[in-house]
Amino acid sequence: MPPTHIRSKPPVSADPTPLLSVRNLETHFPLDEGLVIAVDGASFDVQPGKTIGIVGESGCGKSVTARSILGILDRPGKVVGGEILFRRGAKENAGGPVVDLAKLDPNGSEMRAVRGGEIALVFQEPMSSFSPVHTIGTQLMEAIRHHRDVSKAEARRIGIDLLYQVGVPNPEQRIDAYSFQLSGGLRQRAMIATALAAGPSLLIADEPTTALDVTTQAQILDLLRELQDRHGMAIMLITHDLGVIAEMADDVVVMYLGEVVESAPVDAIFHDPKHPYTRALLQSIPSITAPAGEKLATIAGSVPHPNNRPAGCPFHPRCPSFMPGLCDRRMPEATVVAGGHTVRCFLYGERAAAA
Amino acid sequence: MSAAEPATKERLLDVRHLVKHFPIQKGFIKRAVGAVRAVDDVSFHVDEGETLALVGESGCGKTTTSRCVLRAIEPTSGEMHFRKANGVTVDIAKLPRREMRELRRDLQMIFQDPFSSLNPRMTLLDIVGEPLLNYGMKSRSEREHRVAELLRLVGLRPEYMRRFPHAFSGGQRQRIGIARALALNPRLVVADEPVSALDVSVQAQVLNLMMDLRQQLGLAYLFVAHDLSVVKQFSHRVVVMYVGKIVETAPTRTLFSSPKHPYTEALLSAVPKPDPRVRSKRIILEGEVANPANPPAGCYFHPRCAYATDICRRESPALREIAAGHHASCHHAEELNLAGIVPEAA
Amino acid sequence: MTVRPETVEELPAATEMGVVEERFEVATPRQLIWWRFRRHRLAVASGIILIGFYLAAMFAPFLATSEPTKAEAQRSLMPPMPIHWFDDSGFNPHVFGTAGKRDPKTFKRVYVEDPNKKYEIHFFARGFAYKLFWLIPSNIHLIGIEGARTDEALFLLGTDVQGRDVYSRLLFATQVSMSIGLVGVMISLTLGVVLGGISGFFGGFVDTVIQRVIEILRSIPTIPLWMGLAASLPREWSVLQIYFAITVLVSIFGWTELARVVRGRFLALREEDFVTAARLSGASRPRTIFRHMVPSFSSHIIAASTLAIPEMIIAETALSFLGLGLRPPAVSYGVMLQSAQNIQTVATTPWLMVAAVPVIVAVLAFNFLGDGLRDAADPYSQ
Repeated sequence: MPPTHIRSKPPVSADPTPLLSVRNLETHFPLDEGLVIAVDGASFDVQPGKTIGIVGESGCGKSVTARSILGILDRPGKVVGGEILFRRGAKENAGGPVVDLAKLDPNGSEMRAVRGGEIALVFQEPMSSFSPVHTIGTQLMEAIRHHRDVSKAEARRIGIDLLYQVGVPNPEQRIDAYSFQLSGGLRQRAMIATALAAGPSLLIADEPTTALDVTTQAQILDLLRELQDRHGMAIMLITHDLGVIAEMADDVVVMYLGEVVESAPVDAIFHDPKHPYTRALLQSIPSITAPAGEKLATIAGSVPHPNNRPAGCPFHPRCPSFMPGLCDRRMPEATVVAGGHTVRCFLYGERAAAA
Repeated sequence: MSAAEPATKERLLDVRHLVKHFPIQKGFIKRAVGAVRAVDDVSFHVDEGETLALVGESGCGKTTTSRCVLRAIEPTSGEMHFRKANGVTVDIAKLPRREMRELRRDLQMIFQDPFSSLNPRMTLLDIVGEPLLNYGMKSRSEREHRVAELLRLVGLRPEYMRRFPHAFSGGQRQRIGIARALALNPRLVVADEPVSALDVSVQAQVLNLMMDLRQQLGLAYLFVAHDLSVVKQFSHRVVVMYVGKIVETAPTRTLFSSPKHPYTEALLSAVPKPDPRVRSKRIILEGEVANPANPPAGCYFHPRCAYATDICRRESPALREIAAGHHASCHHAEELNLAGIVPEAA
Repeated sequence: MTVRPETVEELPAATEMGVVEERFEVATPRQLIWWRFRRHRLAVASGIILIGFYLAAMFAPFLATSEPTKAEAQRSLMPPMPIHWFDDSGFNPHVFGTAGKRDPKTFKRVYVEDPNKKYEIHFFARGFAYKLFWLIPSNIHLIGIEGARTDEALFLLGTDVQGRDVYSRLLFATQVSMSIGLVGVMISLTLGVVLGGISGFFGGFVDTVIQRVIEILRSIPTIPLWMGLAASLPREWSVLQIYFAITVLVSIFGWTELARVVRGRFLALREEDFVTAARLSGASRPRTIFRHMVPSFSSHIIAASTLAIPEMIIAETALSFLGLGLRPPAVSYGVMLQSAQNIQTVATTPWLMVAAVPVIVAVLAFNFLGDGLRDAADPYSQ
């Protein structure tokens, strides 16, 4: 029989306090061509030990959200509003101090201790995330020694152990390899090992498998789940691939042009989607079980350029349920439609209640 | 609309024993020290009006195969018989330059990258009109007329023909690329990952357009893709490649419901399904894709195959017909009971 | 799953998305390059300065106050003349005549203003005869002293050892030095585009040979080679012949860089899908190159050429400074700086080094302009 992986998760802890709570996050890019509102009032929670999927198309602000959390925005991007509340020391004791990452100096010592220490990042492009002139080991050991006070020999031992944990074959030899000597899959594993070096309580994975082939993607996703089971860290998975979300996430946040349009537990997103954008997105993916040759449902038009955002609800020009005079005027408020299921659409909440 | 059976069964393209080796060169005088067997003895055919999908992971040779068919890359050896509109069959691999140029009317391509495939310094009129001009439509007004017609065909406004590509989104650019490919009324269009660079919501638009055009114009597609759900939706038959060789070929439905090669099974199983209720039971392949410059002995897939036996390590399996129209290159194709991901056809 | 039928025509027009983008959407690539270039303030300012340089070169005789080669022993090493802007009657710019005397102690020539000899400065004054653009005869100058004795003149920036007006010589030097850069780049460009193009397009053996030649040329220390070659120029050659010989000399190395740029662009473009698309659309090889590839890198080449000009200006200046380039009676920045070769000049007659200023300004301006052009050359990258 082929080796199969049957998913089993530890029972969800009854801990109600989120590990990370993003509240009304606003990130702007004042460019020469005009102000780009990359994230416009995004709110969501990340529960400890769970996987939150952030899904959206190009320009929806999902990567900018992650970079805002980590304080590594490209110039001239800036967090101009909202809070990023992160519970520190969540690994050791559940009730650690809560800090607002949005208020910290992005290059200050506290932010640096959080970034890479308690929140780690895995990028999309495993090739460019390693320096080609240093071995994997050098960079891995640097990450270990940055967060732990250990000798070089000890760091190397830990490094080999980490590579072993992420399933790199022959870690004793591979630790001295350069990134270009590794395949894409192995490079991504080494990247994950580096991210794990400090034992983070939150791992942000930004399109971790987009550059990989489908069988390698399956390996990496499997690895992430295994590591989560073993280390109990939360994962924030950023992707455009709804299939990956369905496989991995516990909770899902759907973004469109900088707005969180819907957030819900994964089953609700796929089986009871509320926002017209979520619905349309789900319908437009070719289903592997649909009859061949059947025409796909489509969303008209394309995602507007972020510096050309439509007024009101940004989805209204493409929306099948567009209500003139309403959707193109105001952005609807977030409405709770069920436990943990929030949607920003005039079809629900205030207008629906008034009707 | 049903994609199950194309109306005609006339063979349009018949590729036999196609081989493309890229020499590995070393040193100052570029001595060949070996070869990457990018495409290693590949045979398949495309019927008229049919969509044949070439699938596999990066480095499996699917793109090289498609470029050889277009003679954008010169094949090392093999034959590629193409049946022209007048019924005469020619071998693309051996056509002299001049005749190949003539044949390009019938053989066009849609590119993967909607950004690099359109010259940023030319207007739509010049981009879409380029093939028209090269094949003798010298009159500018005639070209304008035809370009307008083509733009309308792919769902763009003809008024835009004086604009440059930077004014258009990825999906619109892909439509422009399709209009260019259709300018000369081709009969076979090679589409190299035509939607993989597009946003999910735009992919569906372009795929629907391509399906419409196939019906309207009686096109055949050689569809190169790695996204199996797109392939499932779009193609009549599928060719699965692994390290330069065909491991399996079958009608789409058959392939997805009852694969006969363990690699196909793993590939199908690895596709993330957009439904959180069907998580679990995925086949995780161990290890890495074999190096095409130095493939393992026997079956190239055996180091990763859960069903491998002694014979797999020794002998390279031939591509054999397992059922009508269903070929697989596995020693154990008949014995194994492999799992598909869709139910058997009723 | 419900399927919403869709007609192809349903796609909304790009323009419906907003008015702001309209301008961008109908823009030509040239406009995009210009918009992007305009954002580089320094590059724009540099461009304006360089236009000033070339205008000064074109109108050199009109702007000059005296003939660049007219020597006057009595006026040797005069310091720049102070201009007096006002007199009793109000605003009336003038200079005073000066008398040279020898200091009995130091034996240095010192110049003393004579308040009795007042020369008014006029616009469009008549002076020495010249031909504007080597065609139009004239004797009108932008500024000058009218009606004065011919030997009395305006020395805005002083005089050199032979009593020649530094300001006027600087203008004529601008003609020579700035044009050597241009002509040199033309030669380099031709060599670079042809050889780089051949190298990039054909590849293989030809490419290897050309690349090795470039490497060999670039590995030779430039100054000694220039010195050797320049020293071998026949003494009896005319100024014009020397001028062209020097431009050829400075472009011997200049082309290698351009050839590399062209080859690099060719190699990159050869792999671009739109070039493959042109081939598959039945475009012939020359058409593929000239219609599809060349326009795509012309802007890069203009930028690279702009960056090559200052090297040529410096090369000419260096050679002439060492006495191996242009020789008197030709005037160039280098020739002018030759007189500033010793420490004594620097200490006692600093105005002789004024030619270094335009060299520095022009070189910096070309570099900034080139940088700006290079960034703007590809308006599609973000």
